Amino acid sequence: MSEISTMLGDTVNRLLGDLVTAEMLSAAEDGVWPAGLWKAVEEAGLSLPLVSEKRGGVGCSWLDARVVLHGAGQYGAPIPLAETILAGWLLDCAGIEPPLGPMSIASAAPGAPLHLYRESDGWRLDGVCPRVPWGGTAQHVVVVAMAEGAVRVALIANGDYQATPDKNMAREPRDNLRFDQAPVAACDVAASLPENAVELYGGLIRAVQIGGALERALVESVKYANDRIQFGKPIGKFQAVQQSLAQLADEVAACGAAGSAACAAIDKSLHSNNAADVWLRIAAAKARAGEGAGKGASIAHQAHGAFGFTYEHVLHFATRRLWSWRAEFGSGDQWAQELGRRVVEIGADNLWETLTATD
Amino acid sequence: MQTFSFDPVTLPPAAAELRREVRDFLAEHNAKRSPLERAQSWSGSDPEFSRKMGARGFIGMVWPKKYGGHERSSFERYVMLEEMLVAGAPVGAHWVADRQSGPLLLRFGTEEQRQKYLPPVTRGEMFYCIGMSEPDSGSDLASVRAKAVKVDGGYRVTGRKIWTSGAHTAHVMIGLFRTGAPDGRQEGLTQFLIDLRNLDGTDLKAKNNILVRPIRSLLGEHHFNEVVFEEAFVPDSAVVGKADNGWNQVMSELAFERSGPERYLSSIQLVLEMIKELSVNPSAQGHAAIGRLIAHLSTLRQMSVSVAAKLNAGLDPALEGSIVKDLGAVFEQEIPTIAQAIFNVEPRIGGDASDLEQVMGFLVQNSVSYSMRGGTREILRGIIARGLGLR
Repeated sequence: MSEISTMLGDTVNRLLGDLVTAEMLSAAEDGVWPAGLWKAVEEAGLSLPLVSEKRGGVGCSWLDARVVLHGAGQYGAPIPLAETILAGWLLDCAGIEPPLGPMSIASAAPGAPLHLYRESDGWRLDGVCPRVPWGGTAQHVVVVAMAEGAVRVALIANGDYQATPDKNMAREPRDNLRFDQAPVAACDVAASLPENAVELYGGLIRAVQIGGALERALVESVKYANDRIQFGKPIGKFQAVQQSLAQLADEVAACGAAGSAACAAIDKSLHSNNAADVWLRIAAAKARAGEGAGKGASIAHQAHGAFGFTYEHVLHFATRRLWSWRAEFGSGDQWAQELGRRVVEIGADNLWETLTATD
Repeated sequence: MQTFSFDPVTLPPAAAELRREVRDFLAEHNAKRSPLERAQSWSGSDPEFSRKMGARGFIGMVWPKKYGGHERSSFERYVMLEEMLVAGAPVGAHWVADRQSGPLLLRFGTEEQRQKYLPPVTRGEMFYCIGMSEPDSGSDLASVRAKAVKVDGGYRVTGRKIWTSGAHTAHVMIGLFRTGAPDGRQEGLTQFLIDLRNLDGTDLKAKNNILVRPIRSLLGEHHFNEVVFEEAFVPDSAVVGKADNGWNQVMSELAFERSGPERYLSSIQLVLEMIKELSVNPSAQGHAAIGRLIAHLSTLRQMSVSVAAKLNAGLDPALEGSIVKDLGAVFEQEIPTIAQAIFNVEPRIGGDASDLEQVMGFLVQNSVSYSMRGGTREILRGIIARGLGLR
């Protein structure tokens, strides 16, 4: 771990660990915006780690910023922290200085692409984006679309689009946005990004968050297993429980490692411009995380017995996010299927070459 | 709760150069091997191939030059190994010596032992086997009963070792015997270097009351042996490290055994056959299954390389190593079942079976052993649970 990621990690653990309480999570589910939490996170410099320093960010690598995304998942912070981090990076890729305040990222439904076009007074956007995280609460949303033959990043202010509220299973806002000749606050070409950048990198931020939420589920499970006494001893002393929690640790480790590998691949691609490798590592991370989320949540609930099924216990704040996040930005199986298709296309003889090409 | 981490590692440039070198070597010396033969992975043994690897400097790569080694980094060794395993090269003859016994002697052996027992290994001429398990001593290694009794100038060894891979062809055994405390204790165990065969092939076993009997696997293959000692003589100079310190030495040896590329690549030939089959007969179900396996493979490699980096830095990633081996064995074992779910073929060996059917036939049967060797699944999960603070 680099010095900056250790520093970011310490800040995340201190800030989110202290501020994100069960009461806050519960209130957020009823629609209360935790303004104090957002302010603290922004002031601590956690919201724009991937934005270059000249544009007001921290300018660190994806691998360094990973600890913030992981922490956002681990504590279930009820703010669009991961989304703002990604939105800031997308803007930075297009040379746009990001605004302050919470942001989100939006992508169109399959088969109905966004229409980004130029009018005499500037860029405008038409289209519909389903299930945008905090779409109605964020002060800005960022979209990526093809326009005039180039991939462009566009920033749209809240108020310039219609938001219909909706939620996911964790009762995090997932709003449907309609852009109707929406004025674009800033727009520029991002040559390094693919047209599907929101779905692709959205898959990565969820994969890393899943690693964080799984770690939380493990910590809670170990705590519970050491505290809960049955048959005269802590249930964690029973081998059956130990064996099962060891498997949860395996999933935490694997999902964390897969997310780290994908972040490292993006950093390496800055020099090598290897978009295929970035895609492969992100696909692997989301596919692995999707599987780990399901297995891990089951094991954690089994360890918690009936208590983990109550709203009273905090476990569900992690597990409901796991179940929601594994479906968002493409399910693990969907990523796996496309990964498999590409691997078959690459061929058996080139598989290992492909997996080791970016060492 | 102990934390664990798997930080991404960038391999040094020398590793990439070496990868080319190894691929060229394999193209020259391994091209004719059939998929079924390749599926043997590191149990596949060919002394001639080992000698060729030795001549190219691929054995004892990280050892000091004065013992025939090549003083290369452990990352270079990792790259060499993974290329060999993916190609299904027959690395089995020198495997134990290169992975475990050599490093053990470098750490605990006498200068005389190193001079005598290491250079022939690096030439691919001297092969080792490990005598640890006994009929009544498997996961519970501290219950070892075979004993070495002190006599003038050495020890008299009596007892039985089982699951000894390659004892019938090995030149040397590193055996763990009880020299002190009573049964069931970690103290009082000693490791010995026991000569089984001269480099010229002369068998030394019979005249020292050592008997090797084959134990056939369920496939009918002969890799394992039972080795019976009846007052076999081993000189004082054969003690490895300190007498009665065997337990600690063995534990340090096992740490290197748990997280290498051999812990997730044992079924790689079937993954390759599945990809070949899907390129002819594609299906959405097949793509999803192979994509999932590649996601696991890519992740396991990342984890395993990360543990290698920690070992290289002198850290003790025992917990991380156990996690890699646990996940790796699950991965290796589920591949045949997944192949069966996708393809409507009957796994079988021989006759007119296709490569896919043969590799499946071998791995369906052989892979059950992958969660036993090097620490059972239950033992590994116990180690992980201890790391979590549950024990």
